[in-house]
This record gives sequence, structure tokens and C-alpha cells, in this order.
Amino acid sequence: MRPKRRIALSAAVWLVLGVAYFLIPLLATFLFSLRSIQTGKCCSLAAYHFVLHNGDFWHTLKVSFLLALETIAISLLLFVPSIYLVHLKLPRLRPVIAFFALIPFVVPPIVLVVGLLNIYRGTPSWFYDKPSGFLAAGYVILAFPYMFFSLDAGFRSIDVHTLTEASQSLGARWPTTLFKVILPNIRTAALAGSFLALAIVLGEFTIANLAQFHTFPIFLEYVNETQPYGAAALTGISFAITWAAMLSLLFIGRKRAAGSGSVIAGVR
Amino acid sequence: METLRPDVASGRRRFPLAWLGTLPFFAYTFAFLFLPAGNVLIGAFKGVHGGWTFSNITTLFHQPYRNAYETSIEVSLTTAVLGAALGFGLAYAAIRDGTPRWIRSLLTTFSGVAANFGGIPLAFAFIATIGTIGVATQFLKNQLHIDIYGQGFSLFTKTGVEVVYLYFQVPLMLLVIAPAIGGLKREWREASSNLGASSWQFWRYIGGPVLMPSLLGAVILLFGNAFAAYATAYALTSGAVNLVPIVIGAYYSGNVLNNPHLAQALAFGMFFVLAVMMMIYVPLQRRAARWAK
Repeated sequence: MRPKRRIALSAAVWLVLGVAYFLIPLLATFLFSLRSIQTGKCCSLAAYHFVLHNGDFWHTLKVSFLLALETIAISLLLFVPSIYLVHLKLPRLRPVIAFFALIPFVVPPIVLVVGLLNIYRGTPSWFYDKPSGFLAAGYVILAFPYMFFSLDAGFRSIDVHTLTEASQSLGARWPTTLFKVILPNIRTAALAGSFLALAIVLGEFTIANLAQFHTFPIFLEYVNETQPYGAAALTGISFAITWAAMLSLLFIGRKRAAGSGSVIAGVR
Repeated sequence: METLRPDVASGRRRFPLAWLGTLPFFAYTFAFLFLPAGNVLIGAFKGVHGGWTFSNITTLFHQPYRNAYETSIEVSLTTAVLGAALGFGLAYAAIRDGTPRWIRSLLTTFSGVAANFGGIPLAFAFIATIGTIGVATQFLKNQLHIDIYGQGFSLFTKTGVEVVYLYFQVPLMLLVIAPAIGGLKREWREASSNLGASSWQFWRYIGGPVLMPSLLGAVILLFGNAFAAYATAYALTSGAVNLVPIVIGAYYSGNVLNNPHLAQALAFGMFFVLAVMMMIYVPLQRRAARWAK
């Protein structure tokens, strides 16, 4: 038994300053959002009224949410079977895919979108002009590293071979094995990846702006130029969404083996 | 030991089928990652009237593009080094003996959120705080009679961008470095102090060398993180600060492109810088993994 030690003074100073740096902008944003649109003085809920009664707010939020769901669906359909096969039969392929997952770091959204616009300009409008086409296609790539590392950790923590053998020796076909045996066992990893994808898509600005789509972050930027207090209210809402996604992630993570997966998504 | 592998033991060779199963994945990454990346890499070396040329690349070394790269690298380097120093201090304060455990988990949770709180909303949060009519700006001015804008500070400049970037750099550092600090075993510390080493000697000869690959790796990660950032700077300065992503963005926001290959060259420059970073990062990461918990 070691004696209980008290917190070091320097540690306390660091922690207090750190917490202050992180909390002050959030608190200030909240106070800012309560200012009256006419007088600029406290306190009025007009900014929230403006946001909640704005048709574009609900419309773009819906667009972004649907986009997030689509991105998650495509990512899971694309990555789960591949990573499953890699763990089951093609272990030599794993370093290749892990290498692929590092490429989005070298090809960030601002670079990716230049290439995407050049390649897919002139493709049919059902793809090129629709968020559900062009944007979703790019967002799957942005989500790919987070999905991969999350799912890979999930597959590593289960015994893929034994589960597959057991399922097949009981007469299950491939789809049954995948959906009823494997998927429930990697559910937490899939959910973790999905929440990261959700956070990415709901905040993504770069590709949407350059490709001129109207998503939630684009609306946010538009409001900032026209209505500062409304923008503060929206920022609060946006922060709450990030909190919800990340807390869900941590809540899931608690049931998962420790030390796997990361919670670093990149919306800059 | 081949017989222990059930797929081989079953006698059925499913190899071709398994490869076929990964085909959608490879097709997708080819279409939406490698094809666009290849377009940028090749396009950067194409002339306006076709044919190969280095002129796009050499243009990057002239103004205003040269300045954009210098500003981008300066902002990224400053926020990476500062973010790493502050993040490390905070992580160490949270992890060291004596700090209650709940503080560490609370800080990690919060960092997970803060590291993800980038882009447009982050820029607004700072405009609302230390913008010209921000809450903190007015508080300092009216209550403490400190006029930060009167003294030359402005959120809408390079310094402002750096202050805001730190908001996601510090938590990212904390998340990245915490496992490495956790990997410093208490026994090492005790052994070194039993042998008469001072605290400085411990850090100089044990803690420092063990943490160094992780620290350098983290600085590179933070650099790339800031270097690729677009939305935050865009919302903050409306393009007034000359960063490479902002310049690329300006090319696509309605302007007619007189040389589309220049945007590709600018993007190629970013790719090049990040690729160099990656080549340093990967071996460092491998070394760091040796000690991390």
C-alpha cells in the first residue's frame, strides 16, 4: 500500500489554466448567444428563436444528417466485409489496407476535393450535383481511416476463425455468418466508427464549400456573415452535437477492450 | 503449422473468392482516393495547352504562393510546437502521481470532444470570446480597462489563427501523448532516485529518451493537423490570412480558373510537405510503440 499523495501544486496550476482555456470560449459563446439582436445587451432568447424558426437551419441539418447516415451505411457495407476477409483469409493484405488508411493524412480534404472536382466534373448530375452522390463519395474516404482503425481493433479482439468455423459447421451460409455471427461481435467497434463518421460529416466544411453544396456547416458560415448572435447560438448547438457523438462513443468504448481505437476525428 | 489454419485444412482453396470479396473496397478507394490524388499529382506537371511542364511547380516558389507556403508552415509549426508543449504539460499534470484519477478521465473525455470541435463553430466560439465585440474583449475593456484591440491584438490575423488552432492542437496532443506518459514506469523513477539521480537526471537520461519518439511523432501529427486545416481559418479571416488551403479554396469559389493546373500544383505542394512529414512520422511511431502502454 502506498500512501495517498496530494496533488502537486504545479499540476494543479496547469490543470486550472488548461480547464479555463477550454471552458472560457464555450461560456463566452453561450453568453454571446443570449445578447439581444437589437441592443447587443443581455439577455434575450431571440438568437435561438431566429435559429429554430429558420427553414434553412432545419433543411441543412436534415441534409447533413442524411449525408452522415449514408456515409456510415456505405462505409460499413464497404469496410466490414473487406476487413473481415482480411482477418479471416488474407492477413498479408492487412498492412496494405493499413497503409491505405494513412493516405488521407497525406491527401487532406482540401487536396482531395481538387482531384475529385477535376475527375468527376461532367459526370451525370444525379451524382455530381447531389450531396448524396459526390459529397457522400468523398465523405466515405474521410471516414475511412477512423472506420478502419476502429473496425480493425474490433476484429482483432474477437476470434474470427473460431466464430466462422462454428457458424459454418452449424450449417450457416456466408451472409448468415457475416450478419448474425460476426456483426454482433464487432457491433461496438462498428458503432464507434459510425459516431466518428457522424462527427466528421456534420462538421465537414472544406469539400462542401469548394464543391458548392449547402450543408449544415455552410449554413453556419452564412449565418456568421449576416447574424453574429444567431451564429453563436448555432455554435452552441453544434458543440452539443459533437458532445453527444463523442459521449456516445465513450459510452460504447467502456464496454470495449481498453486501449483500442482512437477518438481523433479531423474537421478543421 | 499449416494444418492449424482452418481455411487451409478444409482443403477448399477459397483464395480467389476472398480476393473477389475485397474488390469493392479496392475499387472504391481507387475511384475516390487514388484517382483524385493521382489527378492532383499528374495535373501539377501539366501545361495549360497540354504537355509536361515544371512551370506550375516553379510558380509555387514565387509570390504570392511562396508567401502562402511560408505562412502555412509558420502557423503549423508554431501551433504544433506550442500545442505539443502545452498538451504535454497538461497531460503530465493529469497523469502524475497525486492527481486524482477522475481528473485524468475527465480531461481525456473533454479532449476527445475539443479535438473534434474544429472548423466553423470553433472560429465562432473565438469570435464570440475575443472578437472585436466578444464577451472576454468587452469584459477586459470595461472591467479591467485593458483594450486588447487597442494594443494591437486582432483575432483576424495570423496570431489570431494560431490562438484558435491551439484549441484543437492542445487536446489532440493530450490524447496522443497520454499513453506514452502512462508508459513511463514508476519503477524506473524509483530505481533512478534510489541510485541517486536527480529529477533532472531522470528526465535527461531516462524519461526524455523514452518519450522523444512519441513527442516528435506528436509534433508531426499536430503539424499536419494544422497544415491541412481550412475551415477554421476561412471562417475566422474570410481569406485575409494567406494560407495555402485558403488560396486553393479561392480558386474554386466562383473564380474563373485561368490555369487549373496551378490549383493542382498548390495541392501537390501540400501533398509533398505532408508526405515528407509522414515519412518521418511512421518510423518514429514504430519506435514509440515500443514503450507506450
